[in-house]
Amino acid sequence: MKRIMKRLVGFTLSHSTAVFFVLILLWFGVQAPQFLQPESLANIIKQSSFIGIAALGMTVVLITGGIDLSVGSVMFLAPLIAGMAMRSFGLPVEAGFVVAMVVGAGLGGLNAFFIVVLRVVPFIVTLASLFVFRGFGTWLTSSTQFDFPERMRTFGLSNVLGIPTPILVFAVTAVAIHIMLRHTGAGRQIYAFGNDREAARKAGLAVELIEARAYIISSVCAAISGFVMISQIGRLDVGFGQGREFDVIAAAVLGGASLFGGVGTALGAVAGATLIQTAKLGLVFTGVNLYMQPIILGTVIFAAMVADGIRGRRLRDKLARTIRPLGSS
Amino acid sequence: MTDLLSLQGLSKSWFGIPANRDVSFSVREASVLGIIGQNGAGKSTLMNMIGGVVKPTSGHMLWRGLPYEPAGAADATRIGIAFIHQELNLFTNLSVAENLYIDGFPRRMGLIDWKRINERSRQVLSRLSLDFDPSVEVGRLSPGERQLVEIARALHNEASLLIFDEPTTSLTPRETERLFATIENLKSQGCTIIYISHILSDVQRLCDDIVVLRDGELVSKGTITEFPIPLMIRSMIGRDMGGMFPPRSNQPQGATVLEARGLTQPGVIEDVDLTVHEGEILGLFGLMGAGRSELARVLFGLDKCAKGTISLKGRPLEGPVRAHIEAGMAFVTENRREEGLMMDASVAENLTLASLAAFGRGPFALIDRDRVAERTERMREELNIKASDIHSQPAKALSGGNQQKVVIGKWQLRDPDLFILDEPTRGVDVGAKYEIYSLIDQIAARGGGIMMISSELEELMGMADRIVVMNRGEIKGQVLRQDFDRERILALAFGEIAE
Repeated sequence: MKRIMKRLVGFTLSHSTAVFFVLILLWFGVQAPQFLQPESLANIIKQSSFIGIAALGMTVVLITGGIDLSVGSVMFLAPLIAGMAMRSFGLPVEAGFVVAMVVGAGLGGLNAFFIVVLRVVPFIVTLASLFVFRGFGTWLTSSTQFDFPERMRTFGLSNVLGIPTPILVFAVTAVAIHIMLRHTGAGRQIYAFGNDREAARKAGLAVELIEARAYIISSVCAAISGFVMISQIGRLDVGFGQGREFDVIAAAVLGGASLFGGVGTALGAVAGATLIQTAKLGLVFTGVNLYMQPIILGTVIFAAMVADGIRGRRLRDKLARTIRPLGSS
Repeated sequence: MTDLLSLQGLSKSWFGIPANRDVSFSVREASVLGIIGQNGAGKSTLMNMIGGVVKPTSGHMLWRGLPYEPAGAADATRIGIAFIHQELNLFTNLSVAENLYIDGFPRRMGLIDWKRINERSRQVLSRLSLDFDPSVEVGRLSPGERQLVEIARALHNEASLLIFDEPTTSLTPRETERLFATIENLKSQGCTIIYISHILSDVQRLCDDIVVLRDGELVSKGTITEFPIPLMIRSMIGRDMGGMFPPRSNQPQGATVLEARGLTQPGVIEDVDLTVHEGEILGLFGLMGAGRSELARVLFGLDKCAKGTISLKGRPLEGPVRAHIEAGMAFVTENRREEGLMMDASVAENLTLASLAAFGRGPFALIDRDRVAERTERMREELNIKASDIHSQPAKALSGGNQQKVVIGKWQLRDPDLFILDEPTRGVDVGAKYEIYSLIDQIAARGGGIMMISSELEELMGMADRIVVMNRGEIKGQVLRQDFDRERILALAFGEIAE
């Protein structure tokens, strides 16, 4: 009995997202059967894509053992500049999309410069850029709503082969990040870096480049996420993206990325984002008190973080220095 | 056979203090060279010079007869020198194959060619007679297997000289056997090996030639047949340090201060029994990695311990560090700068750190500044701390010796029954060492129990009433002051004899 309990706890810890996911789906399904209808499930995926795209980038940063708090502001600033370019030069949406990505890369490069070259802690750098990026955007718009050309909304509500564009962008980003992390040397080196930075340096890896790349990827993803989300409504409010960094980090961690670095997958980020969106929508569906919702969501995220902490401690215990063989000699 | 690597008159000084002096020897191709020496004999500096991490002050090296002047570690790797350290440089979250190829993956259509990597990794592993799957995660392997992976990585990088530094410390006997078979195997394939170890029987078994270092100099070298183990130990024994210690001014009393029974923590210490008496200076000796500091941390409650009991003055002790301090224990860490002091805080603040609560006054226990000033000033006089103003001068502005006095003073203010001193004279100059020794003697004379850990055998022989010797996490024996004998203590430390 004790052994079964122990294995159950171990399984829950190592597959916390999947366990949570099933529990939450079941719970809401029992509470409100219409929740499990195909339309509402499709809606969940569409809604998840915004957080999900950014969470994919965040996962890359978390694997390096860093953090990117500026994503919410990048979501705001990069599409804004793209929108201004679209309006001033009459660019098509596709070109605007590229502009947003390029601006995102630039903002990520700025973060990377301070983190990699000036060796400031990622938390501080991205906390500062969170305010600076948003402040810059607010200054550009004079703190008023920014309207995109009508074609932006057409793009946002379009379908390709029956699949809504946001979901398609989400899928393409997910596959790209997955292949990058799993099947390229650059990706595997990110894991190596997150596992042991010193060992990576000793192995002759370009550690500065690895770290810088992660922050650029994160900002590009945030820019894509912002652009796609704005294309749904066609305008950019002043507070757009504010506080979103928490959802994004929570999604990545729920998806199994560790704040201690070295662990995380693209698939996990997708699952984590979907999980958060499921919980959010489920709470609405089941008519849970509006004021209770953030408390419940916060508890779910907190539980995931605790699981990550326990995982991290187990990992460290496993790597503790020994001076004699383990077990009896 | 030709020489793969020759060292000619290699010397290195740190700020004028020699770490290696005029070291010359050669490593024959396809042979195993053993390097032995006590703690601080200069082995690490020498290896760092070979590895390109440290630049020699004078002398030079030849690699296959040509001048070898590495500018950095990368140069050493490029010509084919690989280090297998005790702490491995593997990525535990990646597979064996990924660890081999991390600095350059073969690609097919832009993506990693897994088939080729796994195939080639299997080939390298089979050269080591290993049959595990190269796609298994390194974190799942045992310490012994990880070490073999590290060797595989060296082979993969086409290393021709493998330098092993204490490779067997965390291996089981079976894993050790496997490692030795691998080393023999590598030798027959033409690899050259430098093997550094404190386990002399292993050195004798594995090595063809041997080099003995002492105080940074090469004291003897020869073929292994010329070096039976007793001669190895005799060659390593260091200089005389007579006159460097104050006479002990008291005899230990009968009453027990600290008693530890059966302390065991898997992978760290095994069945440790230890007693310290009132007024006694107990010396704890062992080679690097023997588990001395680890034992001290367990005794002080910093690290957990799976089995065993600790009692102080007859009262059982458990729980966190706080309980140990309350009960009357003090711990002077070997890492003064990071663990012993707040470097930017003033001397007075550092002195009161462990006893701050005792300075509280009134209903809110606000700190009584006058009493702080009075007590710290008295402590400064008592310990002869050389500081201009203890309230404004930060700890980092003091010399090493005075810093150490502050750490000792911090605990003195609590008047503890047991002092654990871990390398109390590390980074302290010779004159100040004598002062620290006198302080230790005075604490003992007042009836305090002292457990003194040191890497310098001479220091312990000068100060201790009794020396307990550790080896690989176990206590191998003890020697009383009247029986102090370097050869015997070293033999215990090297695990060559046991009681």
